Amino acid sequence: MHAIRSKTLLSPNVTRFVVEAPRIAEIRKPGQFVIVRLGPGAERIPLTIADADPAAGTITLVIQAVGKSTHDLVDLDPGDAIRDIAGPLGRPTELLPAGHAVCVGGGVGTAVVFPIAQALAAAGVRVTSVIGGRSKEWVIFADELRGTGDVVVCTDDGSAGRKGFVTQALAELCEGGGIDEVYAVGPVPMMRACAELTRPYGIKTTVSLNSIMVDGTGMCGGCRVGIGDTSQYACVDGPEFDGHAVDFDLLIDRLTTYREFEQDALARRSQPGQCLEGDR
Amino acid sequence: MAQQPHLTTKQRMAIDRQPMPAQAAELRSINFEEVNLGFTEQLAILEAQRCLQCKKPKCVAGCPVSVDIPKFINLVAAGDLRGAAQSLLHDNALPCVTGRVCPQEIQCEQVCLRGRPMRGEPGTPVAIGHLERFVADWAAAHPDLVAPPKPEPTGRRVAIIGSGPGGLTAAGELARLGHDVTVFEAFHASGGVLLYGIPEFRLPKDIVQQEVDRLVRQGVTIEHNTIVGRTYTLPELRERFDAVFVAVGAGLPVFMNVPGENLKGVYAANEYLTRVNLMGAHRPDADTPVLRGRRVAVVGGGNVAMDAVRTAKRLGADEATIVYRRSRTELPARAEEVHHAEEEGVQFQFLTAPVEVVGDDHGWVAGLACVRMELGEPDDSGRRRPVAIPGSEFVVPADMVVVAIGTRANPLLTQTSPDLTINRWGYIEADADGRTSIPGVFAGGDIVRGAATVILAMGDGKRAATAIDAYLRGPG
Ligand SMILES: Cc1cc2nc3c(=O)[nH]c(=O)nc-3n(C[C@H](O)[C@H](O)[C@H](O)COP(=O)(O)OP(=O)(O)OC[C@H]3O[C@@H](n4cnc5c(N)ncnc54)[C@H](O)[C@@H]3O)c2cc1C
Ligand SMILES: Cc1cc2nc3c(=O)[nH]c(=O)nc-3n(C[C@H](O)[C@H](O)[C@H](O)COP(=O)(O)OP(=O)(O)OC[C@H]3O[C@@H](n4cnc5c(N)ncnc54)[C@H](O)[C@@H]3O)c2cc1C
Ligand code: SF4
Ligand code: SF4
Ligand code: FES
Repeated sequence: MHAIRSKTLLSPNVTRFVVEAPRIAEIRKPGQFVIVRLGPGAERIPLTIADADPAAGTITLVIQAVGKSTHDLVDLDPGDAIRDIAGPLGRPTELLPAGHAVCVGGGVGTAVVFPIAQALAAAGVRVTSVIGGRSKEWVIFADELRGTGDVVVCTDDGSAGRKGFVTQALAELCEGGGIDEVYAVGPVPMMRACAELTRPYGIKTTVSLNSIMVDGTGMCGGCRVGIGDTSQYACVDGPEFDGHAVDFDLLIDRLTTYREFEQDALARRSQPGQCLEGDR
Repeated sequence: MAQQPHLTTKQRMAIDRQPMPAQAAELRSINFEEVNLGFTEQLAILEAQRCLQCKKPKCVAGCPVSVDIPKFINLVAAGDLRGAAQSLLHDNALPCVTGRVCPQEIQCEQVCLRGRPMRGEPGTPVAIGHLERFVADWAAAHPDLVAPPKPEPTGRRVAIIGSGPGGLTAAGELARLGHDVTVFEAFHASGGVLLYGIPEFRLPKDIVQQEVDRLVRQGVTIEHNTIVGRTYTLPELRERFDAVFVAVGAGLPVFMNVPGENLKGVYAANEYLTRVNLMGAHRPDADTPVLRGRRVAVVGGGNVAMDAVRTAKRLGADEATIVYRRSRTELPARAEEVHHAEEEGVQFQFLTAPVEVVGDDHGWVAGLACVRMELGEPDDSGRRRPVAIPGSEFVVPADMVVVAIGTRANPLLTQTSPDLTINRWGYIEADADGRTSIPGVFAGGDIVRGAATVILAMGDGKRAATAIDAYLRGPG
């Protein structure tokens, strides 16, 4: 059991939890994730470790409520507990040793990019973060990222920072030169656009792939992604990969595998009382 | 002591093998309840009376852990079930499991004297597995009658990595010897393949849970959600504990390496079975989904393939087909499983090998393109090597494909333990007692042998426990 210490609403559907997980807090590295299971009958869902406090024995999870499981999770309150948290999983980020890195975060991906920016800054790398959201209230982790370097905020409607997409800001930075690596985490179309944008400049671009997972240890093969000519497992070989080698079409397509089940589960969730009728 | 009812050999020979009561095929192929219903006491006693109580029992030599078969069967024949249970549990830590899943027809029952043809009549071996299951289920229903005495604590601490049959057996033996045992398990629940691989209809999950509960009552601690190689490394655990037993299974799925394998609707058997057995995807109240193919092709011929194809049938497939590159006689699955699958309406495409998974315009499986094979010269395994017949390509219609062609070693643990010697396939090198290249670290089960069997993993766990006990009590 992992008690929830605190809960904060960061944007209309993004919640931050600080959760007890002492061992993971002690050894986790940027880029790693956990697999969380709420309780009996619940799914195992992968979530990035956004931050950790080894002294307090806690980790930070930032969750975007998209379907049944993530909605169930964000309904918890401080004092409640999460039954299972396994990790840390995945390979830690390969950090640029020196130079100038751009960290691009879209939506909840900003929380995933934050520990990377933090580690880069701690190692003396110059960090510029480019983060975005639909409008002001969807932009998260701006203050935290300001502690790691410059931050460019972009919103679709211009209600905060610049008006436009993160890719426009990234294009200008690339054009300006002197960028050694780009770390881009967010919706798949955003990561793909970032990778396409940096390709002509030959700037190494690392993306974090959110394929569907079960065990997170390489056992099931469900999280396989296309990297160059090979199939790799996002849970053990990743989740971060060279964005220029990723088969994004395949990733997008495989993410739709359970769409009907997901829509159904979400619909039943919003009709309490009749949820299981007809199934039995 | 038990009174043996007086039966002559002739009388024993006159009794026919008692059939295992089972759910009707039409009924069971649409539910997940156990197929075999188990012997009644009456059937068990009758079957036990068939045993000739051989002076030199061949059956014992056929069992990888040398269960004293004539002894427990004799006690059943005499109606002394408690005695039978104590005898069986002394030799075998998980008889509820092995009675159900051992490939008896190539082990104890293959060499049973009663299986030999006599006077022109074909023989039928004593149903050792079914009797073992009967006695084990009786023992599980009467736990207080068979509980082992509480040992004197030794103060020595042993870590077991993995809660499959190998790990559970070692944990039980070591706890019985008074050691303080902690099991580390990657998943949120215990049992290894017994839990997430072998389906409910062959091995009900409450049986596995009973065995785990028994260990916990014996004082074994289980730490779930702990992935050794990630949460801790083996060297870290070696420092915290006086000895370690590694039984993490094989674990990595092997794919066919043909085009189309990443289409939606292609599962590795590990994923398909885990979604159903561990995550309960077949139950309406579970959140984890699983695809329900109408026409399911399962590639492979082992127990894993049979389990996948019969699961697909139960999840509503109209057609569930085994695609196997050799012929029926080479099928590595347990005979009983093949027989049950046939009864349940599973189809078989023998001498057939996949060449491509065909997709539709939306990225879903639309068929499995295959080629016919013929058997050529024998290969290293002594089985005749299948060779493709040119021009014989055809498509098995399918909207789902499950790949069950084997597993490889999971490198998570070994990668983070540089002093641990592994072979070129990534399996851990260990001697007959499980000793590895690191003093105090032992290993057994599938991570040493490659994909093998439950009883071999249990045998490894038992031998390693004896060796660990000697190591802990030894000088230094
Ligand atoms: C390594 C890794 C790290 C992750 N880190 C975070 C994180 O820090 N915060 C966070 O909010 N989410 C994160 N995710 C995504 C998160 O796991 C999924 O959003 C979650 O599993 C969806 O579960 P659900 O039942 O709520 O939604 P579902 O009902 O399963 O899905 C609802 C919608 O989300 C889409 N979806 C399903 N699975 C995923 C997925 N794995 N990634 C993206 N979209 C998906 C579906 O296509 C569907 O449109 C991460 C995923 C991975 C693989
Ligand atoms: C579907 C299927 C059907 C089968 N049917 C039969 C049958 O009928 N009869 C038969 O005899 N055999 C059968 N087998 C084979 C048999 O199940 C295995 O040989 C046996 O389970 C191996 O036992 P084990 O203890 O070595 O490992 P496993 O049972 O594989 O257990 C290993 C455990 O270790 C855990 N683990 C893995 N890595 C780590 C890590 N890094 N840290 C912590 N924990 C870890 C795993 O989660 C798992 O719980 C079948 C196998 C499958 C997959
Ligand atoms: S453990 Fe397996 S091989 Fe040994 S007697 Fe029992 S069923 Fe037969
Ligand atoms: S070989 Fe068969 S008949 Fe002989 S003791 Fe064993 S089970 Fe009984
Ligand atoms: S999640 Fe199962 S192999 Fe990656």
